[in-house]
Amino acid sequence: MKNLTSKLILVSVLISLFAGCVQQAQSGNKTSTPPALTPQELRLATTTSTCDTGLLDVFNKKFEQENNVKISVVCEGTGKSIATGELGAADVVMVHAVPLELEAVANGSFINRKYMMYNYFVIIGPENDPAGIRNAGNATDAFGKIAEMQVPFVSRGDNSGTNVMELSIWKAADIRPSGTWYQSIGKGMGETITHADTISGYTLSDRGTYLAMKDKIKLRILFESDQKYLFNPYHVMAVNPAKFPNVKYDLAMKYVNFTISPEGQNIIRNYGKDKFGEALFVPEADAGNVTSP
Amino acid sequence: MFRVENLSKSFGNKEVLKKINLEIFRGEVFALMGPSGVGKTTLLRILNFLETPTDGKMMFNGRECAIRQKNTVMHKMSMLFQRPALFNSSVFNNVAYGLIIRGVDKKTIGKKVIEALNLVGLAGYEKQRALTLSGGEAQRMVFARAIVYSPDLLLLDEPTSNLDPANVAKIEEIIKKIRSEHGTTIVIATHNIPQVRRIADRVGILLNGELIEVNSKEKIFTNPGDARSAAFIKGEMIY
Amino acid sequence: MDISSGDSLLQGIIKGFELIFSLNPYILSITGVSIEVSGTATILATLTAIPLAFALSFTHFRGKQALITLINTGMGLPPVFVGLVVFLMVVPAGPLGLLNIVFTRKAMILAQYILITPIITGISLAAIKAVPLSIIETVYTLGGSEKDAVVATLKEARFGIITAVLAGLGRALAEVGAILIVGGNIARTGSIGGIGEGLSETRTLTTAITSETSKGDISTSIALGIILISLVLSVNILANFIQRRD
Repeated sequence: MKNLTSKLILVSVLISLFAGCVQQAQSGNKTSTPPALTPQELRLATTTSTCDTGLLDVFNKKFEQENNVKISVVCEGTGKSIATGELGAADVVMVHAVPLELEAVANGSFINRKYMMYNYFVIIGPENDPAGIRNAGNATDAFGKIAEMQVPFVSRGDNSGTNVMELSIWKAADIRPSGTWYQSIGKGMGETITHADTISGYTLSDRGTYLAMKDKIKLRILFESDQKYLFNPYHVMAVNPAKFPNVKYDLAMKYVNFTISPEGQNIIRNYGKDKFGEALFVPEADAGNVTSP
Repeated sequence: MFRVENLSKSFGNKEVLKKINLEIFRGEVFALMGPSGVGKTTLLRILNFLETPTDGKMMFNGRECAIRQKNTVMHKMSMLFQRPALFNSSVFNNVAYGLIIRGVDKKTIGKKVIEALNLVGLAGYEKQRALTLSGGEAQRMVFARAIVYSPDLLLLDEPTSNLDPANVAKIEEIIKKIRSEHGTTIVIATHNIPQVRRIADRVGILLNGELIEVNSKEKIFTNPGDARSAAFIKGEMIY
Repeated sequence: MDISSGDSLLQGIIKGFELIFSLNPYILSITGVSIEVSGTATILATLTAIPLAFALSFTHFRGKQALITLINTGMGLPPVFVGLVVFLMVVPAGPLGLLNIVFTRKAMILAQYILITPIITGISLAAIKAVPLSIIETVYTLGGSEKDAVVATLKEARFGIITAVLAGLGRALAEVGAILIVGGNIARTGSIGGIGEGLSETRTLTTAITSETSKGDISTSIALGIILISLVLSVNILANFIQRRD
């Protein structure tokens, strides 16, 4: 998946060379507002964690009803979501990998990036904790113990937000994970957790997906709450209409504003309480001094 | 009715037919004799336009046939291969084929197919799948298929060489009937000398691509005009 | 998601059948999208492949051998790669961006069309080649034209050609890599994300199995798997049946 993403980005650069003429042709037909009765379509590219937890089902339903919109959700890792936006194939993205986001904004593909919510990544593993990470001082320490004991660790390996975070922890711990114990599988969060569960290995997960799957697996949270390395902020951002005149920018901005509106924030605040006993995400409104770059 | 003049055919450097001159008369059974591999099949295939001659002229009913006229001429003839090729369909559809492509109406097709099947002794086989016929039945069916549209000329390439004596007799009976009932002109390529005695009117002997003698059956068998023909007939008759 | 335990698997199968027999709208819509996309792709591919196979059998033109090589290569194209190429063609930044079909069923049909046209052409070509020359010559000896010969060949090769079409359909139905990339696996939101909620937009049986498994929704995955296997199986049984009539 990582390969795919880098290819996508590479080829997108090549294609943008001759995309100029296409865009000129496109700018000819101005985006007109269709009659209110036929729902407009908004395309959202987003990370698997927001899909797999079910948050988006609730969130989008509300937005669709209030705005007479149909949202098409493309669930893929953060890396591919951003690439999809950079190719003009989405109107808005909801992602969680700060370095990739900042890069994509800097290259002019996205505008109006907004901090929407956060939660923490958790390190999950078999209950008996063979690497003994429960007593680790911080996330880098925990990863160090896993590498030292060479217990199986499953990496998403898909350039997703979670994957980006995982790699940055290894880097901070000054470890280059390799060997049979380290399995990079190029899959989404849910499949990665299933894989780790099957081989009784460790993995890094976002809290939401883990909670959504908790009842079906044997893995438990063994390490959490590291402000520095396990902080997992989510952002929404709109595809830049200056780059792709055909994107539904107005609608995208409506969606961006909905996510940070009191109504949207309230959905985030409560989502998961009835089903999992706790909320899966903390809305930005409640973040206090937990700020995001 | 059919005449070829100075007809030659080469495959690459190999000359298979050398300046053949031959006239076939309306209503006769003409046997093209010779050992295997002398060009009998090639000559028949040229007469049927399946091969283009390297050189020479072909006249059908007194008119020269250019290659682009072949369809009109071909409509009036038919040819049977040594091994019958069957369409994967019913006996009826096989026999009806020549009528269907000629746009004949259904009622006439039904009538003519039954007649043709009666002639070859396959009445009642209409619905059977052609591929399930025995070798003899299949050969008889392709006779029906070839004569159903009443061609003027019927070209037969070793029609009985793969058959047992009982079926050979049946096929010869069919050939005689086609001739007497339809008046069809028949050219038969064969190396079966007794068969030639039984059914042919005139005989041509082909040796190494050359038509060495054309004569009536009686003359060929009693007083051949060429020493090589005499040798061929004798040699074959010894067995 | 403990699929290794027999209990869960059994439970999943039971729930899967319940979902099928209750005619769950989400599962029905996914099945509908699968049939629509793969069926349309197969029809379009057939309309291209059969004339192409005949042109390759009956005519001579420059580049014919190259085209045959291309078709043979195309028969083994990796779907993911085709998906990626089609995706990059149809995104707004791509050369076909103006068509505005990325993440739609049309893009999925296009990707599957590219994948299965070579398969149907290749197998049809083999079926046509298997028709003996003597059949074609028989048509000529009976006074048939070249057109009659082509028609007769088509009739003789009919079982092989039908097999080719069904092979293409089976491959399209079971394919996941290409349509996942170009279609985006989109479904309309259901209510509270419950099992079997929502309606498919570009989600097919195969891509849905991927995403439902990822969500840990084993019973829906199994229901979809049962439908998928039944569909592919019926296609194969049909192919088998037709071949046996030959």
